[in-house]
Amino acid sequence: MVFPTILGLFLWIGLSDATTSENRKVIEVVDENNSFFLESDELYSFSYGELGQENAKLLVQEGARFGFLYIPDLDVTNPDGVIFYSEETPPISMITSLQLLLQRKIEAFRLEASGIDPMILSSYKTNVDIQTIILSEAGGERVSNSVVNYAIGFLAGILIYTFIFVYGNQVMQGVIEEKSSRIIEILVSSLKPFQLMMGKIIGIGAVGLTQFLIWILLITVVSSVVMGYFGMKMPQQQMLEMSSQQELFSTVDNPELLEVLQMVQGLDFAQVTLTFLVYFVGGFLLYGAFFAAIGAAVDSPSDAQQFMFPVTIPLLVAYMGLFIFVLDDPNSNVSFWLSIIPFTSPVAMMGRVSFGVPWQELALSIALLVAGFLSTTWLAGKIYRIGILVHGSKVNYKVLWKWLKQN
Amino acid sequence: MEILSIRSLNKSYGSHVALKDFDLSVSQGKIFGLLGPNGAGKTTLIRIVNQIIDRDSGDIFINEQPLKMDHVRNIGYLPEERGLYKGMKVKEQLLYFAQIKGIKKTEAKQKITDWLEKLNLTQWKDKKIQDLSKGMAQKVQFIATVIHRPDLLILDEPFSGFDPVNAEIIKNEILELRNQGVTILLSTHRMESVELLCDEIAMVNRSRKILDGTVKSIKEEAKTNIFRVKMIPQNVDFVPPGEGLLRQDGILEFKLSLKDQKPNDLLRALMAEGEILGFEEIVPSIEEIFIQKINESHGE
Repeated sequence: MVFPTILGLFLWIGLSDATTSENRKVIEVVDENNSFFLESDELYSFSYGELGQENAKLLVQEGARFGFLYIPDLDVTNPDGVIFYSEETPPISMITSLQLLLQRKIEAFRLEASGIDPMILSSYKTNVDIQTIILSEAGGERVSNSVVNYAIGFLAGILIYTFIFVYGNQVMQGVIEEKSSRIIEILVSSLKPFQLMMGKIIGIGAVGLTQFLIWILLITVVSSVVMGYFGMKMPQQQMLEMSSQQELFSTVDNPELLEVLQMVQGLDFAQVTLTFLVYFVGGFLLYGAFFAAIGAAVDSPSDAQQFMFPVTIPLLVAYMGLFIFVLDDPNSNVSFWLSIIPFTSPVAMMGRVSFGVPWQELALSIALLVAGFLSTTWLAGKIYRIGILVHGSKVNYKVLWKWLKQN
Repeated sequence: MEILSIRSLNKSYGSHVALKDFDLSVSQGKIFGLLGPNGAGKTTLIRIVNQIIDRDSGDIFINEQPLKMDHVRNIGYLPEERGLYKGMKVKEQLLYFAQIKGIKKTEAKQKITDWLEKLNLTQWKDKKIQDLSKGMAQKVQFIATVIHRPDLLILDEPFSGFDPVNAEIIKNEILELRNQGVTILLSTHRMESVELLCDEIAMVNRSRKILDGTVKSIKEEAKTNIFRVKMIPQNVDFVPPGEGLLRQDGILEFKLSLKDQKPNDLLRALMAEGEILGFEEIVPSIEEIFIQKINESHGE
């Protein structure tokens, strides 16, 4: 509940900020060249009061102006010495837009000086968009858009990574609590240790999944309500309100937006969602078992640090791999292996799935993931059943190995 | 009838032998005490019966049936290392423990109400464990152990951590449960409680059982035939037979071994020498028997 509320609140503040013109920042400009006339827009209002530098600074100090832009006598081939004075640190976006405005002006001056008409130059500017269409073996065509695929892979990968860490940690904390408060021996006299361990992992996994679905639901509702208040519409609402697909496409005159819409149409949502759920659950079960075993081996959360390494590293490799290799080229060799090995596949495969993955590879990856979590739970079960009854002794990797060998 | 029967049980942890050819028989409706120093194998034995750890070899029977997972419903277990969920309310906690033992919710709720009333905890039922005093939490712990009305109650060091008042309450509950037909297997190092509480005992040392039987028969067997005598002799020069002589204000105290005589013959002979103030047979306590047995077994 807290997360969607906070998100909604920030959305509210952000939108209120953007929609009120009171927040337009007034900037005093002192231009020694008398040639840089910057046009005011929604965000910035430029004032040319012909004040000296000192007076302009005073205005800023009094709070009458947000900032003061000083443009010295500039050499257009080497425009150095522009200074922006302000009372508080200016946002990077402001400095970037000011730089851009001045750059354009200087470029225009230089073009003019060399006798080129800026109007003619801009009329030569061409925009080429390549539409990508994926051909399937069955002969079907599917519109693809790397940006949308990237976004889906990026989001899904990060969600799975975060979910495994947050809820895996809860499994570990739960086991440590039951062990340190000495409830565990009573519990295992009624249940098999393996049942107890699996119960903990599945229970927390189910809580996590429910919480996650509530988030999605609330984020959708909250953002719709907030944006509705400001007279905006969510894209999915807009689509719902269009009576037919034809009407939808015919009303869109922006070719880029049209492409995105076609792409969304062409995306197999069922496949993406199903794959997401499979890797979400599979990945959590695989790592959850490790977290449970670590919790059982130690007496307190601080002791757990030493065993976190083997859990953190493969997850981190998967996370880095997602950004460096998978999203960059989903069909490369590295991407293939990252999405096949069970320790990295939950995060890495999500980066590939929206680009389209051959079903054989998907099947192999899921089969290995299932085999992976069966073996990790089997191994974790061996550590768990001994670890939960061991109090106060120093446990290291050597001891864990001994436990694994014991029947 | 034997509720619990163990035959040639073996268990090792790596090279350490925890139980060696261990046999044990516990009769129904009795309080059975398991005595032994730390590391003797008591907790291992108890954990194996509770199916928390696996045995290497040997047979275990509950009510003459080989031990299986379903038997957890017939057993109540209070481990030496015990605790409760600190942030959970008393009645929710008890309901949870009853339910994992397979008791239905409505039945469990009734039992919880009865037990809380019995141990004067009714007004605390909606409180969290962390808000209870230690003594109250211990009572809740005991209820959690017996809530499913087990046939066999296994208590590992039941009195450790209990204050004297609560230990007495728990002791009375144990006796009452025994009178209702529940068999109790307890391990303890508090020998004085064993003598008053237990019907039968087994002594365990270094992974082996060194002695077992009823408390009465063990004490009978350990009789030494030595009598402690307290008397005022008529003659100041009287030299008493026996040993360990103490003399204070004309009163003599000494130990006398009964050889081929009967106690009455010995007493008559002593009465002729003076006034008898005390005449009793020295019977070693369970603790003394225990120490003696351990020393004997170490000497082997």
